[in-house]
Amino acid sequence: MPLDSKSPTGPIETRWDRHRFNLKLVNPANKRKHTIIVVGTGLAGGSAAASLAELGYNVHCFCFQDSPRRAHSIAAQGGINAAKNYHNDGDSVYRLFYDTVKGGDFRARESNVYRLAQISLNIIDQCVAQGVPFAREYSGYLDNRSFGGAQVSRTFYARGQTGQQLLLGAYQALERQIGSGQVKMFPRSEMLDLIVIDGRARGIVTRDLMTGKVESHLADTVVLGTGGYGNVYYLSTNAKGCNATAIWRAHKRGALFANPCFTQIHPTCIPVSGEYQSKLTLMSESLRNDGRVWVPLNKGDKRTASQIPETERDYFLERKYPSFGNLVPRDVASRNAKQVCDEGRGVGESGLAVYLDFRDAIQRLGKPVIKERYGNLFDMYERITGEDPYNAPMRIYPAIHYTMGGLWVDYNLMSNIPGLYVIGEANFSDHGANRLGASALMQGLADGYFVLPNTINDYLASTKLDKVDVSHAAVREAEAGVAAITKRLLEAKGTRSVDSYHRELGKLMWEYCGMSRNAQGLQHALAQIPGLREQFWRDVKVLGTGEELNQSLEKAGRVADFFELAELMCLDALERNESCGGHFREEYQTPEGEAQRDDDNFSYSACWEFRGVGTPPELHKEPLTFDYVHPSQRSYK
Amino acid sequence: MRIILHIWRQRNANDKGRMVRYEVPNVSEHMSFLEMLDVLNEDLIGKNEDPVAFDHDCREGICGMCGCMVNGVAHGPLPGTTLCQLHMRHFKDGDELYLEPWRARAFPVVRDLVVDRTAFDRLIAAGGFISVATGSAPDGNAVLVPKEKAELSMDAAACIGCGACVAMCPNASASLFMGAKIAHLGLLPQGQPERDGRVVAMVAQAGQELFGSCTNIGECEAVCPKEIKLEVIARMNRDFLHASVAGR
Repeated sequence: MPLDSKSPTGPIETRWDRHRFNLKLVNPANKRKHTIIVVGTGLAGGSAAASLAELGYNVHCFCFQDSPRRAHSIAAQGGINAAKNYHNDGDSVYRLFYDTVKGGDFRARESNVYRLAQISLNIIDQCVAQGVPFAREYSGYLDNRSFGGAQVSRTFYARGQTGQQLLLGAYQALERQIGSGQVKMFPRSEMLDLIVIDGRARGIVTRDLMTGKVESHLADTVVLGTGGYGNVYYLSTNAKGCNATAIWRAHKRGALFANPCFTQIHPTCIPVSGEYQSKLTLMSESLRNDGRVWVPLNKGDKRTASQIPETERDYFLERKYPSFGNLVPRDVASRNAKQVCDEGRGVGESGLAVYLDFRDAIQRLGKPVIKERYGNLFDMYERITGEDPYNAPMRIYPAIHYTMGGLWVDYNLMSNIPGLYVIGEANFSDHGANRLGASALMQGLADGYFVLPNTINDYLASTKLDKVDVSHAAVREAEAGVAAITKRLLEAKGTRSVDSYHRELGKLMWEYCGMSRNAQGLQHALAQIPGLREQFWRDVKVLGTGEELNQSLEKAGRVADFFELAELMCLDALERNESCGGHFREEYQTPEGEAQRDDDNFSYSACWEFRGVGTPPELHKEPLTFDYVHPSQRSYK
Repeated sequence: MRIILHIWRQRNANDKGRMVRYEVPNVSEHMSFLEMLDVLNEDLIGKNEDPVAFDHDCREGICGMCGCMVNGVAHGPLPGTTLCQLHMRHFKDGDELYLEPWRARAFPVVRDLVVDRTAFDRLIAAGGFISVATGSAPDGNAVLVPKEKAELSMDAAACIGCGACVAMCPNASASLFMGAKIAHLGLLPQGQPERDGRVVAMVAQAGQELFGSCTNIGECEAVCPKEIKLEVIARMNRDFLHASVAGR
């Protein structure tokens, strides 16, 4: 299969402009003749649906939650990057581009990343105009702060609720279009299949979660902005409803899945407290600015933190990385925490946690300063754990947070299925093997507000689409497939709940395809997953019917897809015989224990083609070339 | 500890519904309230009984999807907290808790503790936005916003749209929700051009949605998980009065 990334060539500064000029346009009067389906209403889907409607397209928009405002973009805390250089501190579009390519460990397309950095400027303007209450200086100008992986202040924020405020901006723009009738909104509707007719994406099959009704919706193009797949691991910082069903079922219809093993672990999450744990809560990594990370020097030291004298503490990040100390990037901080816990030096009841200690910062700066900087985070920690972090150190542990992999898209954000666009975390495009902080919001909004509305015209203007209706054989076949899955899940009438299987899969994935991986473990997981998946289909217990609100049934369908995706993640991790970014293969590390990339053999995006459940997928490679930022070993010593 | 739950069970909008008693033994104090419900549901599935349907998503207090009445109080006894962030250490062994869905005509029950809150979306669609098409914005620093105004605006913008205010109000009024949006946008220079039209349109929509009127009781502020202040309702009323009497 030829993979044409459609990346422009020539000077990188003008690639997007030249590309846009070469794209075909749709006359304003003709836009109203086209219907576009947008699935997902997070930063990417919400902003795309609103912007496409503003252009005059008819938009049908779907989300599984009760309102488009609930999408998980809402939980992002820290901020959004933009190369405004308002602080005169040496920032530029080129520097943001450079930081993002390097931070992604040289596994992203340069053209895409440069465009992202360019568009970052417009995003801030758009959001300010919408009324996003960004933090301000006393003068009334926009405030910025610095964030991990960058040496300049380019992060715009709205307290610790930046994601919420940006999402509400997109949601309000979307509601304006719903009110005007340009967008038809379908809340509590889950996409369960992609309809492909004559090789082109022409619609989706949905289940109305309130009534169970299965319906087909047809259109000229389909846009997926359905987020990442971190919930494969059961425990993650994702919302409980986050799932891969939309992208996975599109994958099964032919869309390539790229770099599934690129997952990001966030180092500062509240540790697991029991078997009943349903999700993990992230604490902003800004805490590492003042908190010191440590564990006892000696194995099995069960004394409380205050009883352990200075000489018996190991500030392992400061010891190993004297220049970056506690501020090493996410992947490095996470792996080191796991390592000390594996050595038996972890703290807390489970031994799966390290201390994040503010004692010295409180002594140095005083409690009021710490309270002003981190008050809301300290409150959140206390609310969840019942412990007061002003008096005893926090306990933290890494957790799955973001997935860089996703459906393969070209420079226009179109997948290899013509007419199927994928935006935001659901695609694989801009973050390579590791995403920098405050860049997810930037990418979601760049895709939805500014890239897709410019590229989708080209497809609509240059493609002749036949009229189709729901009586088409492909529609019938897709609906029958969805009904069959529902029937099979309900009729298994087995012995174990959906959650119990999901937990088991999650544990397996965390153990063997989590923070660090090795060939033996991945092979073990690959041997286990198919059996577990078969057992799930045979033995899962879903009560109730398909014709009502049935939350177990919803979960069952999503978990069924996680089983198949998990297998692909392990296979991809096994095939990639190098370490890069969030993908750490224990066999490939430097003598100092750092990730060892292999650019000669693995400077490509691994794009997998589905061949059937239980049949090995076919690997297609999109080679990566670097004309501007030359691959080097990341060092934080 | 052992917790006794009385939960509203209603199969669908047409079902009459009833309270059903359940016991959850071995509740850990570290569990969140929703994790306790997860444990109950796993137990019910084990006994071939339908699990309790309840809305939830992020489980970190920001998406606004969860919530029910706990002993008559929206989101339970802890102030400034969503149900998902309420932990069982705030209860004691043997406590009896009555869980009911949000109570309001504008929020019809879908099933058990799940209600339909799309009326909130229609309020926003009526006017809770600034009309700026993508691409037409000036530079972010072209419009200055005094820090104090930005902070007050952010206080109001923190609303998560959970519906606790409506559920707790004896009039089932959506005034705190609407006031929060009207204050958020009305405090910013960007929100001025549409300020009059916004409040008139949203108030009119609220009447159509069967939300009640505000009689300054203050139950909404008391249960708001984001601690939105009654002041936003005063701002809404002032804007409404201004919009009603202002000439062309």
